[in-house]
Formats: sequence, structure tokens, C-alpha cells
Amino acid sequence: MKELEYDVVVIGGGAAGMAAALECRKNGLQTVIVEREEHLGGILLQCIHNGFGLQEFRQELTGPEFAEEFIRQIRDSDISVLLGTTVIDLVSDATGKEVFCYSPEYGLVKFNARAVVLAMGCRERNRGNIRIPGTRPAGVYTAGLAQRLVNIEGYIPGKDVVVVGSGDIGLIMARRMTWVGSKVHAVIEIQPYPSGLTRNIVQCLNDFEIPLYLSHVVSRIEGKERVEKVEVTPLVNGIPDADKAFEIPCDTLLLSVGLIPENELSKKAGIELSPQTGGALVDSTMMTSVPGIFSCGNVLHVHDLVDYVAEEARRTGSYVASYLKGKQPQRQVRIKAGANVKYVNPGMFNPDKPDKLYLRTLIVKNNARLEVKLDNRVVKSVKKNHVQPSEMISVKFSARDVADMQPTSDSVMEVSVQ
Amino acid sequence: MTKSDVAIIGAGVSGASIARTLSAYELSVTLLEKEADVSFGTSKANSGIVHGGFHHNKKYLKTRLEIRGNLMFDRLQRELDFPFKRCGILVAALKEEEMKYIDHLYSQGVENSAIGIEMCSRERMFELEPKLNPDVVGGLYAPGGGIVEPYRFVFSLVESAQKNGVELLTGFKVSRSQPSGDGFLIEAEDGRRVQANWVVNAAGLYADNVSAILGAEEFTITPRKGEYYLLDRLTRAAPTRVLFPVPTKISKGMLVIPTVEGTVLVGPTADDIEDKEDLATSAENLDKIFDSARKMIPTVSQNDVITSFAGLRPALAEGDFYIDISKKAPHLIQVAGIQSPGLTASPAIGEYVKDLLKKAGCRLTEKSEYDPFVEKVPRIRDLSHYDADTLIQKNPDYAHIVCRCEEISEAEIVEAIRRGHTTLDGVKYFTRAGMGRCQGGFCSYRIIKILVRETGMTYEQVTKRGAGSSLLVGRL
Repeated sequence: MKELEYDVVVIGGGAAGMAAALECRKNGLQTVIVEREEHLGGILLQCIHNGFGLQEFRQELTGPEFAEEFIRQIRDSDISVLLGTTVIDLVSDATGKEVFCYSPEYGLVKFNARAVVLAMGCRERNRGNIRIPGTRPAGVYTAGLAQRLVNIEGYIPGKDVVVVGSGDIGLIMARRMTWVGSKVHAVIEIQPYPSGLTRNIVQCLNDFEIPLYLSHVVSRIEGKERVEKVEVTPLVNGIPDADKAFEIPCDTLLLSVGLIPENELSKKAGIELSPQTGGALVDSTMMTSVPGIFSCGNVLHVHDLVDYVAEEARRTGSYVASYLKGKQPQRQVRIKAGANVKYVNPGMFNPDKPDKLYLRTLIVKNNARLEVKLDNRVVKSVKKNHVQPSEMISVKFSARDVADMQPTSDSVMEVSVQ
Repeated sequence: MTKSDVAIIGAGVSGASIARTLSAYELSVTLLEKEADVSFGTSKANSGIVHGGFHHNKKYLKTRLEIRGNLMFDRLQRELDFPFKRCGILVAALKEEEMKYIDHLYSQGVENSAIGIEMCSRERMFELEPKLNPDVVGGLYAPGGGIVEPYRFVFSLVESAQKNGVELLTGFKVSRSQPSGDGFLIEAEDGRRVQANWVVNAAGLYADNVSAILGAEEFTITPRKGEYYLLDRLTRAAPTRVLFPVPTKISKGMLVIPTVEGTVLVGPTADDIEDKEDLATSAENLDKIFDSARKMIPTVSQNDVITSFAGLRPALAEGDFYIDISKKAPHLIQVAGIQSPGLTASPAIGEYVKDLLKKAGCRLTEKSEYDPFVEKVPRIRDLSHYDADTLIQKNPDYAHIVCRCEEISEAEIVEAIRRGHTTLDGVKYFTRAGMGRCQGGFCSYRIIKILVRETGMTYEQVTKRGAGSSLLVGRL
């Protein structure tokens, strides 16, 4: 067993973990990243398409290029990195944090740390989660697994493909499978609107004439050993119309039906989670319900752009530094998701250090208005040309916005979209 | 051509148990399995319950074997190291009328000498299981009942049998047979042949077909489908004991089962069907199963589902097991209709068939070198920090966690492959890799790579569960 001392242990070496670690280090903290894969970069490494970095680097990069920028900065720093190392337990008590890992090199490693950043990312929802009836043949993959097989391992998982769900990974994979010579017969989306970014609908489906079936579900998988066909049923007012069901012959079904923050370790540490996001509940400093444990990136809530992840993680890193210097917010106002808002992250607002909020709506609307109220008084109002649940909205507060805020200890800030 | 004293057709739990029992004697035994791995039929998809000996009357052979089989599990677990826990069984009555049936089950259990069986008041039921629906009025407690991971049980039985000389032939689908001496010459679809003096027909769903091929009795096995849903181990609904409703005429009802490995299983349905290969689940039964489960544990939720599956019980019209020397072919032992409580009864089926073979003229001499133990497989997730550290120092592959959800290391995957499990499902059932909440989303590609590396197969030869279930169709 090996025992090591650090100021901060960052769990996960994807975009969030790397950005948070760099910020911690910049603030003079002894920092280590623990990553279970053999490389830093996380899921970015299999996202070989472009569209990354427009905000972070003001240029369009592929996933691996985006990751490379951070990996280079980590190499140039004295941040420690343990690869191929899996965290198995996280314990927090008054004296500090203990992070237990399995390392092929050292055996059991125990980190003693003053703070921990959770940056484990998310996993894909699978067939069982959406309970598609039928048989259980080979050929049913989550889109991310298919992406890994094609882009990193170099294998083609199937020739005749149907994609379930119009999430971004599903759309990207519809295009990718077309490029490798497979035929993508359809993308099936349960909602009446696409769940991926508009640019991906255009560039991945329309440009390749792949049909998108909105308000449809895959109602049955058929095939004994390998997928042979799927049954697709349209929804009329949300109810399946079995008379209009049709079949699509295929050998592969790719599922892109949502992502779930991977918080099993957080649960072990007794961290309180939000039922809306599946991530930790955090205060204005991105700190979870367990003091000294912070959370950022897709393990906190699923982002649509890695650029937002990096920004949020950097902010988290600087809050870790403040926390370890003993600087805690004097005042925090609880944030509430108001009308048509699914969630707001973080869940608290510090009027003395106004920061960015991220939120998701529950509605699709053009010419919408986002309103922030403090105890029923409008403190900020922003016009939004278009809102939809799949596109995360950010609100930035300026010093002027908060200048005349006079919150009391039981004030509530409510964010709504109309 | 393989020559043996005894050929057993079917490596499900019955065939495996018979093979292992016979492996203690001076006999050459061949175990024939049509699938790519053992336990891939009915034995992998069932409730995994060691029954408590109160559901049926002692006049049935299945009941007598259930009672005997139940008592054999503790010793088997010590010898074979499979996941088994005597967690106890509760039968919950939701209405006063149902207590009458509970009374009947209790008397039956007492008659059958079910250990520690107890009639329970409402209070006692809640003491035993606080998560029960407040509507429960009382019930039955059978502390001798338990849970087992059925495929692991079969894997261990077969491994032990092989260790003691039994030859296993997989992918062996019996298609023809002719008399040969006193016994049979059996031919597989692919032309392989096995000559045996005695044959045991333990072909499960296909026992009727096999009996016909062997020129023996005519009977009909009806597949009775059971659909199940598996819940994440973090579900709030996990009970500590197996929960049964009050049974109906055709089945023991739909259950809530805490599996040995910590997940929760709900189901099964019971529908007679025609197609022996129909393993589809349906949307209608999904609601049925959850409605029924929630009557016992209200917190059971569809949101916790990680996967679903269906299994087929090989049922005979009479409802009892048919285990006997064939009247038409005196060197054939029929082991048919092994539906519930077949898993519980299986160790006793092994002994029962051994005695039938003796009766049929097979000489049984005990082997002096018989070793009942199989080598235990260390599983990193079961170890203390200290023991994990020691193991990793010896073999760093134990630190490579391949399946994050179930915490399964590369060393365990390699061990599964070396023990003959060379499909994705085989590795999954042996190790649990891919059985957790992400259902292989993160680990499948890694297991495929390890399979290719360890077996020398090409990527196209890697399958989910044998011929036809290829996972990859091309290379970039």
C-alpha cells in the first residue's frame, strides 16, 4: 500500500478534471489527477469530429485536439497524474479526505487530501433504462460504445443501422456510420423535437438524407442471435398508435437516449444528489453537501459543449483554492427552478461574487424571456431567440446586476422562462 | 469418435449436477451441450431461488427432490465457491382471505419438514421486512430458503466435473442416434460422434425432441415463458429476503428477489408459448410485473431497471418431474420436465439419476482420487483493502478495473477465458463484467480485446453467445 499527501485529489482526467486541476495548481495547490483509463482526455479522445473549442480557444478543434491543449498544459505543470488507476472509495471526515484507489503500479493507493474534485463524467442510458421490449440479440450498442469501437479500435459494429434518439452522439454516429460505409436507415426520436444541437441535425442527418422520425419510438427489437429488424411506432399526442407501426430491417441498433452523471462514488461518500440533474447539489462555490468535496463537468450535470465544462471546472478549481485559504462566501441565496425550468446549476448564488448560472428549460419556444427574481422582484431579464430542453442556457451576472440586491437569510432566487 | 460409459445430453443445471455426481465414480462421462457454453438455456434465466420446501405436496417427485436438494447447498457452496445465501423466503398475504392459503402452505411445509417454517402476523412480517407494503396482513416465513447465482452454480458444477475427468463437448447439437451395443451412437449436427453405453437425456426444453431422436418415449415439453426485470443495486426497493405473493394455480406468482450479488430481480410472468426460442419480453408484461411487485414493495420503480430478460421453463402437462429409466430404451435415463423447483432439486437430481443408472446396470465404483473442490477465483471487489493490495502486488491485472459498475478486474476476465468461457455472455456470467448499471457500455470493447488477445480469435469470431451472434462486422 502506498500513502500519498496532496492538497487536492481530482477524480477523473477528462476535460473537467484537467481544467479543474490546472486551476488548482495555478493557485499553488499540490494537485493530483487520478484517471482510470491509460490516457488523459476522457471521452474527448473518441470524438474525432470537429466543433470543439469555439469558446475556449476561439477556434474549431476536434475532440482529441481540444484534449491535447489541456494535456500539454498538464505535462508542462507539476501536477501529478496517476493513469490506469481506479478510485474505489472516498471517505470524508473532520480531519480530511481519504481517497482509495487500485493502481497496477503501486497496489492500493491511499491519498490523504484537504479537498477533492469530482470529475468522473457521465455514462449513457441503455436499452434497459428505456425498457425496449423484444429479444436480446447482438447488435444493440449505445452510440458512445459504437463511437469508441469505430474511432479508436477501428471496428465496424454493423452494416444496417437504426439510431434511437437524436442526442448529439447519436447524430454524430449516424454520420460516422455512413462514412464507414454502413447504411443508416433512420433516426427515431420520441420527442416532437430533436434532442441534439441544430447544427448536428443539419450536418449529420440532412446532409446525408438520413430520415429523422420525430414522435416515434422503437417498440420492439427482433432477431434471435443478431438484430434482424426493429418495429417503429408513431406517437399521437404521446400515445403509441400501434396500427401505424412499421418495421425497419437492420442488423444494428445504436442508442443515444441520454446521459447520466456517474455518481456512485459520490453516493458512497454520502453526497446529496439532485433528482433533476443526477449530479451533486452544489452551492455557489461548486461545493457539494460534504464540505471540501467539489463537483464539476458532466458528473455534476450533463453539458452540451465541452467548452462550458472547461469554464465551469476552472471556476471550480479557483473555488477549491479559496476554500483551502479559508475564504467562504459571507452570503448565499438559494436558487429555485421556476416556471418551465428543469434545473439551475449551481443551486446557490453569492451576491458578493456574482457568477455564471447554467440552466435547462422544459419547453421549446421562440422569443422567450428568461427572468431572475429575488423574492418576487425581477433582478434580471434576458430575451432568448429560441429555447429548447437540449440546449443549455447560461446567465452571467455583472456587478451592476447585484448592486442593489438586499437578500435576507431566507431569500430565494427564482429563475423562470416564459 | 468419443467413447464413454455415460453421455449426458444437456449442460444445464440438471446435466451439470448429474455429471458432477458421476465424476466421483470410475466412469468415463461425456457432457454434451448444443450451445457455445454451459448454462446458456433455462438455467441462466430463472429466479435463482433455493426453495423453502412448502410450495408443493410431498407426493410429487419434484417436492421430494426439492427438500433433499435444498439441504445439499451448504456443502456444495463450500466445495464449489458459487454465490449462495440462505436469506430466507417470505410469502406475503395482502388480504385476510389469503391467510387461509398461507395456513395451507404452512401445514404443507411442516409436513415436508421445511426447516424453521413460521406463520407470521403482520407485525412479524414487518419486523422481517420493513419495506413491505402496509397492506400486508400476514404471511409465511421459511428461513431455509435462499438465493443462488444459477449460471455460476452450473459453471462450478461443470468445472468440478471436468476436474474429475468428465469431458465437455460444447456446440454439440444432437441430431441423430442409432443403437450401438447396449447403448447408443449419438451424432451431432456437425458430424461429431459419441458412443455411450448409457445416455441421460437432460435436454431441458428439447428433452422431447431428444427422446424422439433416441427412439424412446413420446412426450411434449411446453415452454412456459417467464419475463424478468433487473434493478440497479442502488435501488431503495431491495428487500433482505425473497418475497413471494400467495401463489396461483399455474405459478408461484411474481416475486421480488434480492440477488446474491446485490441487484434486485422482479418477475417472472408465466405464459405457455409454442416457440422454444421465443425469448422476447413485452411491454404488457412490464406493467404487469411492476404492478405485482409494487403490491409487495411499493418502492419498486421502473426507473431502476438496468435490463430485462426472459427464460423458458420446460414444462410437462402433469406438472411433475419425469426422471426415470426409459421403458423403451433400458440404457436411457429420462430427466424431463425440470421446471421450478429444478434448480433447488438439481443436486438431488444428480444423486437420483446416479441411483437409476445403478438400477439400469451401470457399475459404480468410487474413485479414490476424486476431489470435490474447485479452485476459488479471487474477486477484487470482495476483498478488504489489505487483501486487494496483496493480490495486486502479485498480479497487477487485478488493479485494471475493466467493468467499473461491478468492479471487475482484467485478471478476473482472463481467468474466465482460461476456464473456457470465450463468449461475451460467458465472460459476463462468470465474472459479472457487463452486468451492472451501464450494461457493458464502457467495458464491452475492452472484453472483446481481451478475448482476441487471450484466445487468438479474430475480432469477427468474437460473439455475444455463440454462432450467429457476432459483435463486429468489419474493420476500418
